[in-house]
Amino acid sequence: MSMTRIFDISGSAVSAQSQRLNVVASNLANIDTVAGPDGKAYKARNVVFQTVLQDQGRGGRAAETNAGVTVSTITESNKLGRTVHDPKHPNADAEGNVTYSNVDAVEEMVNMISASRSYQNNIEVMNTARSLLLKTLQLGQG
Amino acid sequence: MINRISSALDFQGQALMLRAERQRVLAGNIANSDTPGFQARDFDFASALREATGTQQSKLGPPVTSDLLQRDLRGGSYQPRLNYAVPSQTSKDGNTVDLERERGTFAENAMHLEATLRFLNGTVRTLTDAMKSHTQG
Repeated sequence: MSMTRIFDISGSAVSAQSQRLNVVASNLANIDTVAGPDGKAYKARNVVFQTVLQDQGRGGRAAETNAGVTVSTITESNKLGRTVHDPKHPNADAEGNVTYSNVDAVEEMVNMISASRSYQNNIEVMNTARSLLLKTLQLGQG
Repeated sequence: MINRISSALDFQGQALMLRAERQRVLAGNIANSDTPGFQARDFDFASALREATGTQQSKLGPPVTSDLLQRDLRGGSYQPRLNYAVPSQTSKDGNTVDLERERGTFAENAMHLEATLRFLNGTVRTLTDAMKSHTQG
């Protein structure tokens, strides 16, 4: 039954979107971070989605319709971080400037809303597929 | 005789399979609504069903098993040809998924799938009623 593949497709999208939400959460958490483990300011991260053609089902079904999603890479933003003149700060450079993370709060919030909407969409798809499959199971019973 | 029973269910069965197939394609579109460069796919249900059942009618002689079943046993069930959706709004990352349209088509297809299930249930009920003897009520 080809409809059981819907759970694989939407499931992969849900997990990809939750990874995106994870990245947004870590970006927002580190918005005021001055130094990471490497001593440099935190750089905003971004997920890159990629279509993944899931394995062929029984009998060589066309794989092109099994279009799932995966996070291919996580990129780091190269924007310049916010600099604040604060000579008393322990992380201040020679000129007394402190470089904060380059996270844009507005951008992250928009990303978060978009991710949560997409997540909801895919859950909705799975719910519909589930109820249709349940009805198919009851086929011929009345 | 058994051929008649199976042929009554064959058409609806084929329709159900194509509806499930379309549901899967649409789920893939919705899943990839944020993937850069993804092009939305879909197929025309009416022509796909005509194509899937048309080959069935041209066969002469009573088949032992239904054509649909034979095709499934051979492992190569009918595959509809997928088309690319025409983007209503272009986006810079090359993604052509129109989420509202996909959601609408998905809901419509789900309703049609349910209707097909109901038709099938009706056919099964009619057949079982016909099979019952008059003493069974």
